[in-house]
Amino acid sequence: MSSHDVLGRTEGGDLRLVGLTKRYGSFTAVDDLSLTIPQGSFFALLGASGCGKTTTLRMISGLEDPTIGQIFLGEQEVTDLKPYRRPVNTVFQNYALFPHLDIFENVAFGLRRRGLKDVKKSVTDMLDLVELGHLAKRKPTQLSGGQQQRIALARALINQPQVLLLDEPLGALDLKLRRQMQIELKRIQTEVGLTFVHVTHDQEEAMTMADTIAVMNHGRIEQLGSPADLYENPATTFVANFLGQSNLIPASVEGESDGVVTVSAHGQRLKVDAQRCRSTSGKIILGVRPEKVQVATDRGEVPAGFNALTGGKVVDTSFIGVSTQYLVQMPSGEELSVFEQNTGRAIQRPGTEVVVYWDPSQGFGLEGSQDIEAGAEADEEAAA
Amino acid sequence: MTTLTEAPAPVEERAPERKPRRNWTPWVLLLPGLLWLTVFFLVPILTSVSASVQTGNYDDGFKLTWHWANYQDAITKFGTQYYHSLVYSLITTVVCLALAYPVAYFIAFKGGKWKTLLMALVIVPSFTSFLIRTIAWKTILADNGTVVHTLNSLHLLKITTALGWTVGNHVLASPAAVVCGMVYNFLPFTILPLYTSLEKIDPRLHEAGADLYCSPFKTWRRITLPLSMPGVIGGTLLTFIPAVGDYINAQLLGNPNTTVVGQRIEDLFLRQTNGYPVGSAMSVVMMVGTLVIVMTYIWRAGTEDLL
Repeated sequence: MSSHDVLGRTEGGDLRLVGLTKRYGSFTAVDDLSLTIPQGSFFALLGASGCGKTTTLRMISGLEDPTIGQIFLGEQEVTDLKPYRRPVNTVFQNYALFPHLDIFENVAFGLRRRGLKDVKKSVTDMLDLVELGHLAKRKPTQLSGGQQQRIALARALINQPQVLLLDEPLGALDLKLRRQMQIELKRIQTEVGLTFVHVTHDQEEAMTMADTIAVMNHGRIEQLGSPADLYENPATTFVANFLGQSNLIPASVEGESDGVVTVSAHGQRLKVDAQRCRSTSGKIILGVRPEKVQVATDRGEVPAGFNALTGGKVVDTSFIGVSTQYLVQMPSGEELSVFEQNTGRAIQRPGTEVVVYWDPSQGFGLEGSQDIEAGAEADEEAAA
Repeated sequence: MTTLTEAPAPVEERAPERKPRRNWTPWVLLLPGLLWLTVFFLVPILTSVSASVQTGNYDDGFKLTWHWANYQDAITKFGTQYYHSLVYSLITTVVCLALAYPVAYFIAFKGGKWKTLLMALVIVPSFTSFLIRTIAWKTILADNGTVVHTLNSLHLLKITTALGWTVGNHVLASPAAVVCGMVYNFLPFTILPLYTSLEKIDPRLHEAGADLYCSPFKTWRRITLPLSMPGVIGGTLLTFIPAVGDYINAQLLGNPNTTVVGQRIEDLFLRQTNGYPVGSAMSVVMMVGTLVIVMTYIWRAGTEDLL
């Protein structure tokens, strides 16, 4: 259903990208991307720098023209619409507030350009929403980073765009402020009910705020889903490594029965749910998140039916209060991460021989032909 | 017995409070500049002002007679010259701004890696003498040159002559020629400050403008122009101030009907035996007049905080 507002714009509708491609010379920044972002959702495009997420965002805003492909807002095609004619607004990475205008005029800017005369109430309301009403007369340079960020948000939101684009909006803030703003942004999005498309390289930020995350890599969407879905069931090694950490173990399938796949890895037999396997024959990669894994000194401690890998040796132990992180080296040299919650169990010192074990239903299986390290470097890069 | 709560005994042997040493370095560093300004700015100005109220002639010497009538002469007898100086310099400033803005804008936002080279090209002509460059315009605007030829074949010369910009079938020795020379000579002074202030504008602000419903023109009007105002003010001042006092262009490219104040002052100083007082009075009038115009301009532009 769509209705027309006073400006004659069509309201409502999903944002649809169809076969969107952007090339710069021989470099393909965005590669045949098709995506539907439902109205009112908080959508995150997550990826390392250079994955094409910002280019995608800029094509939606109109600041970049796609080489091929179409963009729809509801029923309306906006592919060739100039940025200033699109009902889309952006919160820029560096905020791009107008230094010659005070905060009030910055926020009022979009309304004034559309010819609205009486902007006072809307601007005041908007400044109240971001809780900065008292700073209306200040110049942007007199504000802190967090305040500027909120003004940038207010300046975009006040136009009630069909889609609000956020380009690494919290990138310039320190950790504490970033956490605070994540909650704030989520609150505002819930309150105003607009579609937010959020670009970030910070997986935690994406997970905290977004309903749906698209993990991008090399101009393509690697996987799309809810944060929990992506985390629990990564489709590729890239997603498994980029979104949180994963222990990825090369394994070969030995057989399948009753929805359970039996594999062999490190010369030992392990099980994994067939439903959670992307491939159930030949070589696969068995994955398990570090926090699902536990260590024991004695095979006897391992509950019946659990996967267990013996022969490992603790090479590093970091006690960080809520949990203890172990690095366990297998005889083959591969290292496995274990995050054990602090439930009062004994802490294993480096050098201890341990059994590593986990519930088979918590593992997942991936296509065996992929680069097992994919996404791990990208994540480090993004965190740096 | 001492307890922990007891205040420590006052320290007697605290270092004696040092007398703040007088720091002379800034003054010493300022001295050469101050000296220079005194000798070559303050003294000449005072001499000028004093000469403007003297009477006498070159042979018998000049006496300070507080002869304020010199100012009456300086103002009433040379109205045309003041008018020319003002009009030519104002037109020059406006034309320079109109030409310089697009150039500076282009270099600042589209210059990319060529920025420095392009700016160098703007400045390079200044390495040739001002006089020689002005004389070159005699050739450019000569009767058998391309400019006259083109204007003639387009029948534009008749129009410009009717408007009083050119004289007869000539471009040379006309108000238009004077303004052309001035625009040419002062253009870099408009471009440089404009470029500096445009270059400082974050191009992402243009994107923010486009994102917030500004067409390219509106973006320029609402964002670029206000942010480049320091450059506009600076550039126009750097053009107007030397232009209003310039008389080389009028001398070399003009005719007897295009004389400006500078030419008259030169004439009074160098070719009249009793010209010093009135010449000085004219200089003072020009100085005060320019100052008033400039101050009014800055005040009206409301950019004191930007300057």
